[in-house]
Amino acid sequence: MSMHLTNLGRVDQFAPALSIPLVAGFVRTGFPSPADDYLEGELDLVDHLIQHPSATYFLRAKGTSMEGVGIYDGDLLIVDRSVEPRPGHIVIMSVDGELTCKKLSTIGNRPYLVAANPEFRPIPLFGRECQVWGVVTHNIHSLAPGFSV
Amino acid sequence: MIALVDCNNFYVSCERVFQPRLEGQPVGVLSNNDGCVVARSQEIKDLGVAMGMPAHKIEPHVRKQCTLLSSNYALYGDMSRRVTDVLGQHTPHVEVYSIDESFLSFEGFAPESLIGRCQAMRTQVRRDTGIPVSVGLSTSKTLAKLANHRAKKEPHFGGVAIMDPGSDDTRAYLEQLPVSEVWGVAHRSAVRLHTLGIETAWQLREASPKHLRKHFSVVMERIVYELRGVNCIELDDMTEPKKQIMVSRSFGRLTQNKTDLQEAVRVHAARAGEKLRKQSGLAQAIMVFVRTNRFRSDLPSYSKSVVVPLPGATCDSRALIRAAGAGLEQIFKQGIWYQKCGIMLMDLCNHENEQLGLLGEAENDETRQRNERLMATLDQLNREHGKGTVRLGMHRKVNAWELRCEHRTPRYTTRWDELKEVSL
Repeated sequence: MSMHLTNLGRVDQFAPALSIPLVAGFVRTGFPSPADDYLEGELDLVDHLIQHPSATYFLRAKGTSMEGVGIYDGDLLIVDRSVEPRPGHIVIMSVDGELTCKKLSTIGNRPYLVAANPEFRPIPLFGRECQVWGVVTHNIHSLAPGFSV
Repeated sequence: MIALVDCNNFYVSCERVFQPRLEGQPVGVLSNNDGCVVARSQEIKDLGVAMGMPAHKIEPHVRKQCTLLSSNYALYGDMSRRVTDVLGQHTPHVEVYSIDESFLSFEGFAPESLIGRCQAMRTQVRRDTGIPVSVGLSTSKTLAKLANHRAKKEPHFGGVAIMDPGSDDTRAYLEQLPVSEVWGVAHRSAVRLHTLGIETAWQLREASPKHLRKHFSVVMERIVYELRGVNCIELDDMTEPKKQIMVSRSFGRLTQNKTDLQEAVRVHAARAGEKLRKQSGLAQAIMVFVRTNRFRSDLPSYSKSVVVPLPGATCDSRALIRAAGAGLEQIFKQGIWYQKCGIMLMDLCNHENEQLGLLGEAENDETRQRNERLMATLDQLNREHGKGTVRLGMHRKVNAWELRCEHRTPRYTTRWDELKEVSL
């Protein structure tokens, strides 16, 4: 038995995915879908969570000192540099040239960085080379194995 | 009024945002394949490390004090986009001139409010991106550029300097400024200007534009008007040949067609390659940009650029075209009416410097010589038989370029697996 084959060309593995817009209800065959009137745009989580895109950065949490506020090792922090830092905010702070994540706080009128874990002592900020890098607005933590953040 | 916003020591500043311990330290950024120094912090400048210096020529005792990093174009490109975004919040008219410089038009704003506005803009760029910038204000691009230089060098300006074209202060400044320091005046032109008795920027301002047009070109005539405060220069005329090569053009009419853009980007990259080889230069990276007509407020506006590192310093049109095509692929968006696209070759260095630095270069001498002969033949054919006689077609996409970049910092803002780690 023989079979005729035509070579149509190679598949380009590196070509970007072709996205085809779905236009529901465009062709009027039969009854229009009653759902057409309720179609809305997709929900965009980034758009929903991030107020200032050009000032927002993603950072990776490393360590255990903030477990009390629900930040665990490996979590994804969303950090907005344009937010004015206030006591009570979880902030990214540059202390002696290194970035750390803690709660900004005052103890007796003096600024401190406070961990959310009783094993860590508050870090006094006075007399130190330090600067707020940004305010943590959200933390993304994965709850299902196999779903990375 | 026109503002030139320039990021201070841009590449180094980007690195410092994510490594604050580098603040105040001598830091240099190396070209692709870690060949020569392409960006320097003030501290490393003070140690006498020159621009373009091959890394291995830095004295060991100096080198010991410095942090030398491989270039991280993904990071610089993303930070540049963020800076441009913030600038766009202050005026709708932003024209990107290079990865770290933009011209802003403040048409219609009250001039007396501009210093305050620009201060606020500068503070916001610093806050949102961590990048320090300087702003120069004047009525022409050339004067804005000089004002920017002053904003950087003279601390009393607080980062924002304004130059009134008619003021005594401006006159005094131009009178002491060598003509070679004026934007767009190349070294060779400066020598010829000297023979005409023009040695300072003020003398150039006072010269007859018509006369200079005859001796030089229409660009020199425009520079004279620019120094008088008349804005008449197009950015395309004004790339500094030793630093960057820009080729861009507006489409005859607006287009949505991707093939049009691909074709234009290919032609621009090939043309830039010719210019590059003419000055015996090598480029390290290529920026591709597209934009809509900003005066068509009835259409969605879109302006985007991307920096693609080249596979080693190169002047090979094929590599340039391939990289430019890959860049366009990243920024092209469907359904947009494009007015203009272009490419810019960045971080140029010269042949000798780079070849000294390329110890572990994969391309052997024989291949390189063959490629150089091919490019030379190509240029010759196009010169003798007219532009575009021999053209390069689109090449197979290459999705990974392995560069030598031992000291590259993570791509903090563009890769999920390379995000900045922060210790809790």
